[in-house]
Amino acid sequence: MTLDTGHQITMYRQMVRIREFEERVKRTFTDHPGVIRGHTHLADGAEASIVGSIAAMRPGDQAIATYRCHGYPIALGSDTSALMAEIYGRVGGICGGYGGSMHLADIARGFLGTSAIVAQNIPQGAGAAYAAQLRGRGDVVLTFFGDGATKQGAFHESLNVAALWRLPVVFIMENNSFSVTVRTEEEDANAAAGEPLATKAKAYSMPGTTIDGGDPLVVQQTVADAVARARAGDGPTLIESLVYRLSAHGNSIAPPGVPLHYPEHEAVAIYGAVEEYEAAKRGDPVPRFRARLIESGVLTGDQAGAIVDEAQAEMQAAVDFALNSPLPEPAAALNHVYA
Amino acid sequence: MTRELPYVAAMNEALHLEMTRDEDVLLIGQTVGEEHYESFKEFGSARVRVTPISETAEIGMATGAALAGKRPVVDATMAEFLLVAMGQVVNEANRVHYMTGGQLRAPIVIKAGYGFAAGWAGQHTSAPYGMVMGVPGLKVALPSTPADAKGLMATAVRDDNPVLYLHHFLLLLERGPVPEGEYLVPFGVADIKRPGSDVTVVATGWTVHRALAAAERLSDEGIDVEVIDPRTIAPLDVETILASVARTGRLVLVDQATRHASVSAVIAGEVAEHGLSSLRAPVVQVTALDTTLAYSQPMEEYVLPDEGKIAAAVRQVAGVKAGAM
Repeated sequence: MTLDTGHQITMYRQMVRIREFEERVKRTFTDHPGVIRGHTHLADGAEASIVGSIAAMRPGDQAIATYRCHGYPIALGSDTSALMAEIYGRVGGICGGYGGSMHLADIARGFLGTSAIVAQNIPQGAGAAYAAQLRGRGDVVLTFFGDGATKQGAFHESLNVAALWRLPVVFIMENNSFSVTVRTEEEDANAAAGEPLATKAKAYSMPGTTIDGGDPLVVQQTVADAVARARAGDGPTLIESLVYRLSAHGNSIAPPGVPLHYPEHEAVAIYGAVEEYEAAKRGDPVPRFRARLIESGVLTGDQAGAIVDEAQAEMQAAVDFALNSPLPEPAAALNHVYA
Repeated sequence: MTRELPYVAAMNEALHLEMTRDEDVLLIGQTVGEEHYESFKEFGSARVRVTPISETAEIGMATGAALAGKRPVVDATMAEFLLVAMGQVVNEANRVHYMTGGQLRAPIVIKAGYGFAAGWAGQHTSAPYGMVMGVPGLKVALPSTPADAKGLMATAVRDDNPVLYLHHFLLLLERGPVPEGEYLVPFGVADIKRPGSDVTVVATGWTVHRALAAAERLSDEGIDVEVIDPRTIAPLDVETILASVARTGRLVLVDQATRHASVSAVIAGEVAEHGLSSLRAPVVQVTALDTTLAYSQPMEEYVLPDEGKIAAAVRQVAGVKAGAM
């Protein structure tokens, strides 16, 4: 099934919105030093994978993710002003400033939030799928994580149970080639043997596939097939979506008083692989999809430019809203300890 | 109507009633297909589901199902098994409501036995709740009687927060009066198991019964002991303890946990800060000694609190004259 042109344009718009959002998050470190605290992880480079995956969802489906979580709620339709305000720690944040960059959630849109501990969201995604199985309405849960998470016991335990119980879950591994700063082939037995990480699916008797996560249409098609399988009661699928994160793992880690910034990408900073990183930038999925849509006559250059302009205006408004949203009252820290 | 039931039957009765009342209540775990859950088969294999030996997945999946609207109870069998899944116990479900600014809830019950001081040796006998009682967002229940086992279980299932419900292995077959039908014991409300005027003893779980036995012995000696069971250690009813200490002026804290990870240590801190002026003698703690529990019986008994040690502690605090501090 090829998506109609309207859907393709929507996907491009979502990719651009995520990119512009992440650019504004990154710029905040220089434009407004001190406004973003702690650790922030960007999805630039993974937009096609995120948008293609989310496009395979229908109302009632749910998603759960990791600390690298800005893209999913944007694609699901969350208010970018509330998301930016959360990252700025403001009252108007989608979680009221309680969560920050690593803990976005939007239950109304089916985004069940995140765990900021590697792989710990994977059993939670399987559990949400268990609930979906009990509801019996054919709902599916997309569980997002990185390649590093596949080295955790939580990943293996969860895939075993999910396959055993034929849970309606799609495990989407965004393989960005680095576990924080370590290359995948230095810590993954499959990668070291020259095999895809999707090989791990075989151990749990579920389909496993490796795809170009830079092509939103390929991602959408693959995830849609896995979702259909899950809806039909045939159980989970492991999808290894190859992406290249264009920013470093996260902003610099420093004690208060040292301005935070985004360091150089690990490929360059640690491995000296300048050409690899330049090639990744040349393969950037956002301009790549734009060129394809223009080439195939789906969009004109002007229309594509207008989409960028709109996204830039939206994210400017998000930044303005977030900057103007007040900081929480200190004593609000004691709210929400218990439900 | 109240009748006598063993502790284990009272606990299961509450869970059975809750599963009958609310179809969102689930029961998962490695042992839920075993004989002691025979009566739960009527709920079907979708709601009562045997899991592999995968504690991280069990508790993580319960959390995910709870985020999606269910109320899972995980029978984790033994408290020590939770240690392999500690991240899911203390760093996930308990923080979800807070981190999402109140958007999400994770109403799960993690049920496990503890304190099996009957020769189960180093890795199956501990009372490890000291590690978790200070964890925000997590409630911890330690029933000591069949009635509390029932009432605290029902409350745990209905609570919108994650609850660690720790039943005591040595109490499972102890019988006691249990109300029929719906019976709820509120969290954060201590129970005065025996009123008394001379010395306050605070004990949890199996040690409540050791403390009550010591109190009986001491009443023959003319010492009137009050025995308080907090029942939940998170939330902890400090008020009831302080009020008792204000009356007695003397406090003995009893706990099967090792001293530096015990409820006793926490209560001692609260009383030192908020009740020092009431005290007429130094607080005495009767806890497990700070060691792993040995397999061999004489060493196991040496380390644990017992009736004699509790009685000796009470005599000690009672023997200190007013104003002697």
